[in-house]
Amino acid sequence: MSHRVVITGIGIYSCLGENLDEVTKSLYAGKSGIVFDQVRKDFGFRSALTGMVQEPDLKNYLSRRQRVGMHQPAVYAYMATHEALALSGLDVDFLEQTETGIIYGNDSTAASVVEAVDKVREKHDTTLIGSGAIFQNMNSTVNMNLSTIFKLKGINFTLSAACASGSHSIGMGYLMISQGLQERVICGGAQEINASAMASFDGLGTFSVRESEPTKASRPFDRDRDGLIPSGGAATVILESYEAAVKRGAPILAELIGYGFSSNGDHISNPSIDGQTRSLQMALKQAGITTAEVDYINAHATSTPVGDGSEARAIYEVFGGNVPVSSTKSMTGHECWMAGASEIVYSLLMMQNSFIAPNINFENPDEDSAKINIIPETKEQTINCFLSNSFGFGGTNSTLIVRKI
Amino acid sequence: MYANDVKMSLEEVIEETRDFLSEEFEVDRDLILPENSLKDTLDLDSLDYVDLVVLIDENLNIKLTGEDFKGIETFGDFYQLVGKKLAL
Repeated sequence: MSHRVVITGIGIYSCLGENLDEVTKSLYAGKSGIVFDQVRKDFGFRSALTGMVQEPDLKNYLSRRQRVGMHQPAVYAYMATHEALALSGLDVDFLEQTETGIIYGNDSTAASVVEAVDKVREKHDTTLIGSGAIFQNMNSTVNMNLSTIFKLKGINFTLSAACASGSHSIGMGYLMISQGLQERVICGGAQEINASAMASFDGLGTFSVRESEPTKASRPFDRDRDGLIPSGGAATVILESYEAAVKRGAPILAELIGYGFSSNGDHISNPSIDGQTRSLQMALKQAGITTAEVDYINAHATSTPVGDGSEARAIYEVFGGNVPVSSTKSMTGHECWMAGASEIVYSLLMMQNSFIAPNINFENPDEDSAKINIIPETKEQTINCFLSNSFGFGGTNSTLIVRKI
Repeated sequence: MYANDVKMSLEEVIEETRDFLSEEFEVDRDLILPENSLKDTLDLDSLDYVDLVVLIDENLNIKLTGEDFKGIETFGDFYQLVGKKLAL
């Protein structure tokens, strides 16, 4: 039996703001969250640009025992999930007595691993790493911590799929619920922000070096783009069966109607128009809608010369040149493991407030981006249905389609 | 135990220990009394003993192991252990 899947809660902790209200304002204003980080320059980075968030103090929320196993991915995910649960009207008592799952996207815990190993090198005694390190260092850190804190009783695993992790986590939650295996799943994506996590990525020469103009450096689809900018935080999306949401009187924000995916089966880092196209088409087919019904596409476009061109061609091939497109990475930078989830949150905020957030810094198109309808400035527009793309290293592609209900 | 090259007394070590235990385990310092249970007062589970070993190393420069905590019930027992390790 197939069940309808709805979104009943969202939460965000990003370089655009620490909650939904702040982020909505930033999206509407076209505000960039990119800064120059001297720590990275001193560390040996080619580019010191990054999205940045404040480190939240969880002492007001959690006990010491609950906090010691948390490093950045879990901390950020907690903040986003705390907000999403509140919006959804869910508390720990309810979660403990029902079967709610968690499938969260995450693909690194670099800083905590480095800190733990450095401690052993200094002390020559593994006990002196402390009890929290193992729970910080495992890639499933978000799931381990949040399932414990919120007393979750359902499906419980981490999803690692590079920069499509957050998107696939929502796709997997969608499948669990639509198949009747779960009533409710907390999905999302988390991304640590520190030099240890991004040094090897910087080493590929993929990051923008427009350090003199941090807020202008992320320019997806623009002719003069010179690379992506790493970023991070966390975004949470609570999925629920329509029946379960109605039964408990939950706010229904929208319906998730399509999940497409594919693997390029080709180069480890280069994108594939064929792979992206297959993901787009699969999502549309599953949603049972025509391309004309999609009011907005939130592009994956990260501001790299090769990646943006491929996506523009894939979008043009499937949709033609009319559907409005923007990449919120122009403001956030590339939120990597978190991006697929945060971009669902950003797009939902646009849907709720009837505007399309701008693809800032889009000043001149190139041959590929000239063919699609990129929105360079905030546009007032009703969005009844949007599509969000996420593509990752290893050729993993994910597409989600969300519609008003 | 030395602070600024002055050897600390066991009483001074105890006061310092109350400070860092209170801060790390987020309990009222006034509850850290010789007759009170170490485990119950600090709400220790098996993982917390690892962090206790870390704290003792960082603050008092004493290497303890899990074995050392056998028979330790109260803060008084714990202070005796610390005094013994510091030869105070």
